[in-house]
Formats: sequence, structure tokens, C-alpha cells
Amino acid sequence: MSDDNFLVTVENLQFDYGGKPVLRGINMRIPKGRVVAIMGGSGCGKTTLLRLIGGQLRPTAGSVRVAGEAIDEMRHARLYAFRRRMGMLFQFGALFTDLSVFDNVAFPLREHTDLPEEMIRDLTLMKLQAVGLRGARDLMPNALSGGMARRVALARAMALDPALIMYDEPFTGLDPISLGVIGQLIRRLNDASGATSIMVTHDVQESLQMVDYIYFISEGRVAAEGAPEEVRASADPLVHQFVTAKANGPVPYHFPAPDMAADFLGAAHV
Amino acid sequence: MLRFLGERAVNRVWRLGCASRFFLAVLVKSGAALSRFPLLLREIWFAGVLSLLIILVSGLFVGLVLGLQGYEILQRYGSAQALGTMVALSLLRELGPVVAALLFASRAGSAIAAEIGLMKATEQLKAMDMMAVDPVARVVAPRFWGGVLSMPILAMLFSSMGILGGWLIGVVFLGVDDGAFWSSMQASVDFRYDVWNGVFKSVIFGAAVSLIAVFEGYDSEPTAEGVSRAITRTVVTSALAILVLDFVLTSFMFRGML
Amino acid sequence: MKRSVLDLWVGFFVAIGIGALLFLSLKVSSFSGMDQKDAYTVSARFDNIGGLKVKAPVRSAGVLVGRVADIRLDAETYEALVEMRIDSHYVFPADSFAAIYTSGLLGDQYVGLEAGSNTEKRLADGSDIKKTQSAVVLEQLISQFLFNKPAEGQDAP
Repeated sequence: MSDDNFLVTVENLQFDYGGKPVLRGINMRIPKGRVVAIMGGSGCGKTTLLRLIGGQLRPTAGSVRVAGEAIDEMRHARLYAFRRRMGMLFQFGALFTDLSVFDNVAFPLREHTDLPEEMIRDLTLMKLQAVGLRGARDLMPNALSGGMARRVALARAMALDPALIMYDEPFTGLDPISLGVIGQLIRRLNDASGATSIMVTHDVQESLQMVDYIYFISEGRVAAEGAPEEVRASADPLVHQFVTAKANGPVPYHFPAPDMAADFLGAAHV
Repeated sequence: MLRFLGERAVNRVWRLGCASRFFLAVLVKSGAALSRFPLLLREIWFAGVLSLLIILVSGLFVGLVLGLQGYEILQRYGSAQALGTMVALSLLRELGPVVAALLFASRAGSAIAAEIGLMKATEQLKAMDMMAVDPVARVVAPRFWGGVLSMPILAMLFSSMGILGGWLIGVVFLGVDDGAFWSSMQASVDFRYDVWNGVFKSVIFGAAVSLIAVFEGYDSEPTAEGVSRAITRTVVTSALAILVLDFVLTSFMFRGML
Repeated sequence: MKRSVLDLWVGFFVAIGIGALLFLSLKVSSFSGMDQKDAYTVSARFDNIGGLKVKAPVRSAGVLVGRVADIRLDAETYEALVEMRIDSHYVFPADSFAAIYTSGLLGDQYVGLEAGSNTEKRLADGSDIKKTQSAVVLEQLISQFLFNKPAEGQDAP
């Protein structure tokens, strides 16, 4: 495939936080129109990676290119112009608590377009219809369940028909039904709008059913990658541990500790 | 020990620098906040209207106390009719702006810090930033200006209620002559030097409290403890800032420099 | 719907704010704003001004006619030079008399203007009041009283 087919290209991306390296050289190429999952244990820098792609953080080294343009070199105004074509779903939705569901979804339209109010109303209701919550338009965010809030946030992220949608842990804290609903919705909306989706998650089973490609991140590097079938069949010990949810493996269960015998028996024998 | 104190001092200076830079950013990005009237309206409601009740009630009671105490003292010198002057001057010059600002800090300032801190903790500010909407321009600047605009109105209401309270005690209950109360007040209270200087003070206090509130909220750690700490810090720092600024402004005013 | 309720509240808030400003300006305070256009400046020299301060009232027959604008020490004569802004509604003869009085026993000091008899010449902007009387300083009064007593005693026999 030529470079034009990749919406996001990440090259040798490094990022330090407070002097500690979080990402140590990530390489990724995300093709247009696909749903790609980034997986890894908690605190491995998945969300940081998403922030870097969205331009909310600046890399220590390496580059992030979206649609051929280097995000990390953009100035504020240019970056903001670029972000109008990106949508992001935050971990718990991040709905504006002082605005109703309708106003939340209408927010990007009102901020970025001069459309008349009737037009905004129609567009907003269309987006809400797509996530099945047209009837909840007058509710306030605190009256929504976790799954509903996530769906409203999804409608809001899609409001400006972005070319790239990013999901930060879209499945966290959801019951199995809501989880399935969100998963299907992400897939359907991606295919219907022709957008590209990047999803950060640690929910393996759900992701394996719906994504096109998976990156595993461990210790700041891409440890493994592949399509869902390849991942399921993978003999890589890390991937295997992740997919089968084993407690012990390359990702150790025990925090590094002194030898057990010495710890428990040592004191008694002195 | 010395090292600990030094580190704390350096930290304070650091934060002061951050706050100044933040203040500049708020001013630079205020254009949208001031031109979009509904945004500002909501913040005047939030900072001003919601503080109305506590300001009016406290103003009344401060006036009542001033009336009682003032009468007690002035009566010894046989000049109880100067009660109006005393109540009005102490309210307009000092108590009105200062006490109203302290109440404003604990009612509106803490609410602003909590609101912004919570928006930060729930990633609403980051979400806004990802939607290419600048949170400083959209969230912080309107709240700052809402506070700056509400404060002088609240201070004037506080003073007015206080004067009415003093009148209630002095004239209605203690029998000071109604005409003497108002005319002695009017003769010795100067609009330019007393009323206007008080309003000027309250504008400065409003700006200080609002800035501290939005800064603490915006700078808070995005956790529940972080938000509660930001609220505490807002009230404490605001109270300190109000009293220090009051001293500075008053000394300038007495020297006729303002 | 919600927004219009908000409008109403903010409108109410601003309205009572304006009400408070009107109350403070009309009922509580007065404008001594004669220091601007409709006033003229006259100056007077005093040997001693006592505790006179800038912005102290200038009264004629007890009526407020102006305020003290500036107080300086004349470096050559060592007299106090007091500048007063007088409301231009009031016109005084050129030979008027300025004195510094105290309102009550412990009250503030003010400048009293007594009209002279010259009907031809008037005090105008920049004119000087020739006849003045200094402030009564309590300590001087007491010491005069004390030192005059023995003197009187010697004179008597």
C-alpha cells in the first residue's frame, strides 16, 4: 500500500513523563477506513499515545503524521483547525455536566459553524438517532447511565463528521449489554461514515470481535501486532497471556520482591 | 528545615508566576467571552445572582450591628445623630467592599473553582480542547468576567442593605431623628471619594477573587482530593488577597493617589 | 425556556444593582464635585494653619462655598499658602477676610470667609486674599495664658 492509504503514521515515537520514558519508540501505520485497537496493560502508555496522536501532548522524539501532516510541529491555530476533523471519545464520556444531552451534541456545531438553529437541531437529532437516544435529548448528563453517557459522547464526537475518531477505553465500567451495544455502534458508525477509528482498550474479547487490526503495547514498544485471527492463533507468550487472561506470564503477577523463603523464614532463623 | 522552607517559598513564587501567565492568557482570550453575551449572562447568574441572598442578609445584619454599636458609642459624646454618617462611611469605605468580597469568595469563588476543577477531573476540559474549543476562552474567561462584573453590584447591595439596617436600628428602634440621620449622612459622605472609591475597590477584589478561583480550579489536580484542595485554597488565598489589597488600596486612597 | 428564566434573574440582579447605586448616590451621599468646571481658585497666606487639611470645607456664614485644594509652605516667607476652590455661584469682594476656625471643641478645622465691604473689586480666579487670621493653636493659647498671669501680677501693684 502507498502512503496515501494510511491516515495516521507514527514513527519512532518517544515520550518521557517527568524524566521517565513512557513510550520508547512506537511505529504504527493506520489505514483509512479501518478500526484499529491499541491494547496493553494498565499504565503502559496507551492513552498517552492517543493524546500524542490528537496533539494534546508533544513527543520527546519521533513524529506523528495525520493525513500526511506532522501533528507535532503544528502551531495552536493550525492544530485547532485540524482537530475539527478529529473526534475523541473520552473514558467516561466527559459530557459537559451543565448542558443537556441535546446541547452537548450540538456543542461542536454551535462552536464551529454558523448554521441556523433549525439546522443544528436537525443535525443533532440525526446524530442522537444514530446512537438511539433521540428521546433522551432533554435529559441532563447526571441522569444517564454509563452506557447512555458513552453513546451521547459518541454522538458528540461524530457531530462534525470527523475523518478520524479516537476512543479512550470505550468499554470501561460498562455492563455486558451496554458493552456489546457500544462495540457494535463503533463499528457501524465507522463503516457508515467512512471514518477511521483508533481504539485504546484492554477489553480483549470485545475488541477481537469488531476490530480490523490490533497493536499490543508493552514497556513502551509495540510488542505484537496483527489481525484478530492472527492474534487468536498467536504463539507469542505476551499475546497469549492477554487473550486468555492468565494471571502470570511475561507480565508478572508479583510485584518484584525479595526471595520468598528469605522473607518469611529469614527472620525466624536469625 | 531551612531547606523545606526554601522549597516552599520557591514553590509559591513559581505558582505566582504561573498565575500571572494564566491571567495574561485569560485577558488575551477574553474577546469571545465578552462578545458572546449568553455565556457572560450565565456566569453573572452563577456568580452574582446565586450570591444575592447571602449578601443581602449579611449586609442587613452587619448594618444592624453597626447601628447598635455606633449608637452606644456616639451617645456617650452626645452625637447620636451622627449615627448615619458613621454607618454609611464604615460600610461604603471598608465593610461593604471587604465583607462582600469575603462572602463572594466563599460562595461564588469556591463554586467557580469547584466547577472548573470538576470539569478538569472529568476530562471535560480535555474533551473541549479536542473539539478545537479553547477551554480558557470558553470556560475560564466568561467565569472571570462574570465575577468581575458581579462583585461591585454585590458590594453596593451589601452597603445599601447595611445602611438600611443601621437606619432600622437607629431610627426605628433607638429613636434617632430620621431627618438628622439622613442629612448628616448626606452632608459628610462624598460620592466621588466614598461611594466611588468603594466601588473601585470592589472591582479590584472581584478581579482578584475570580482570578484566584479560576486559576485554582484550572490548576487543580484532576482528582476528588485535588478539587477539594482547590476549593480550600481558593477561599484561603482569596481572603488573604482581599485583606492585603484592601490595605494597599486604602493607603493609596488616603494619599489622594486614586 | 431555561434560558429565559436566567435572563430574568440577571435582569433583576442588574436592576437592583442600579437601584443600590441610585440609593447610594441620591440618598446617602452628595456630590462635592464643585472642584471641576464651575469653580475658581483663590489663595491666602496664613502664619499658621493648625490642623487644616486638603479637602477641608470653606464656609461663609456657615454655608459651604468651596473646599481647600492645596496647602504649601512658601519657601521665602515661611507662611502657609492655602489654595481654595470656590463655587462660582458665590462672588466675594476683593477685601474679604479669611480665617481658620475649628468646628466645635475637637472638630475639624475649616476656612471661614467673611465678606469685605469693597463693592467694586471682586475676588477672581487666581486672586490673593490679603487679610487672614491664623488658626488658634491650643498650646499657644494655654502658654500665653500661663505666662501672662505673672506679668499681670507684676503690673498690678
